Amino acid sequence: MKRSLLLAMLLTLSLAPSARAANEADYKAAYAAAEVASKEAAGMRNQWTVTVSALAAAKKAADGGDFDRATAAAKEAEALAKASIFQATSEKDAWKAMEIR
Amino acid sequence: MKARIHLLLGSLSAALVAFVLTSPRVIAADKVDPVADAKAFQNFFFQKFPNVKHEDFVNGPYSMNEDMKRQWQEKEEFPPYEFALDAGKEMFATPFKNGKTYADCFPNGGIGIRQNYPYFDEKEGKVVTLELALNRCREANGEVPYSYVKDEMASLTAYMAYTSRGKLMDIKIPDDPRALAAFENGKRYFYTRRGQMNFSCASCHVQSPGERIRAEILAPALGILNAMPIYRSEWSGMGTTSRRFVTCNSQTRAVPLEPQADEYRDVEYFLSYVANGLPISGPGARP
Repeated sequence: MKRSLLLAMLLTLSLAPSARAANEADYKAAYAAAEVASKEAAGMRNQWTVTVSALAAAKKAADGGDFDRATAAAKEAEALAKASIFQATSEKDAWKAMEIR
Repeated sequence: MKARIHLLLGSLSAALVAFVLTSPRVIAADKVDPVADAKAFQNFFFQKFPNVKHEDFVNGPYSMNEDMKRQWQEKEEFPPYEFALDAGKEMFATPFKNGKTYADCFPNGGIGIRQNYPYFDEKEGKVVTLELALNRCREANGEVPYSYVKDEMASLTAYMAYTSRGKLMDIKIPDDPRALAAFENGKRYFYTRRGQMNFSCASCHVQSPGERIRAEILAPALGILNAMPIYRSEWSGMGTTSRRFVTCNSQTRAVPLEPQADEYRDVEYFLSYVANGLPISGPGARP
């Protein structure tokens, strides 16, 4: 019984840091990373509309004080921007596969 | 020892012959050849749709579907682009504040010349579209340029296309490496996947013409610009070539480029060139 209680406490403690609410600093870091990736995609002339929307959603949530949602949206924006960079990079040669010859 | 040397020399000669035979092909594959590209492009569609008359491809989805074609033919008795056409005719004839008109900016007074646009301007080193030439004409005469995607531009190009109906698309690529580069750049843009949907222009208009995408029937890429500008029921209004490119990009969830960006000018050059020999049918009407 004592051992189970101890294990349960340890488990709770180990999960606690990851379950804590995001704060403004988390949001700012996530947003800055997303913005860098987004600017790179735009520089490659391959920005996605969904990246822009996710960035806007992040900012809106942060303005409303909801840093959990803001951080999640910023991370989503970063992932989308990175996917668009990957697309632009791979399409530099891949487009030829579709060409009518 | 001698036998070894003979074997070695023999192998070297065989390798050299093989290299010589294969290398021209590699070079040829990378060489920009608009004539060969246009021929291959047209043949692809002619073979894919052997029952479609060649000149019919310019009618987009109507060339792919008999029911739609009948409805469109009935609609053509009172075409939805008629108001834009009348407005364009009036605008074209109305002098600017300085007394000059659009006719002063174009060969043949701007009548019956749609089939020659876009063209490659060797002085500028870039492709010039009809929409761009119209706005440059306005600016040169002290007028404010029109939006590339809205009604005035669509009306003007509708009138100019109407005066060119039936004339065969006749785009020239001068012997200039910059013109070839523009053609190649347009081709690359056409085939490059973009947006979250990972679609290229070719995904819809080469791989799937005649197929449905939701309620619409996709138009073939061949001759797709010959009908521009178009009245689209979906837009409840007229749309220019610029509007078409911008909308296509948005639909794939790609942020559109600015109208008349180099990429759009080049893709218009590519698509128009590969449609050489097909008639101008604009202004068009689409669902």
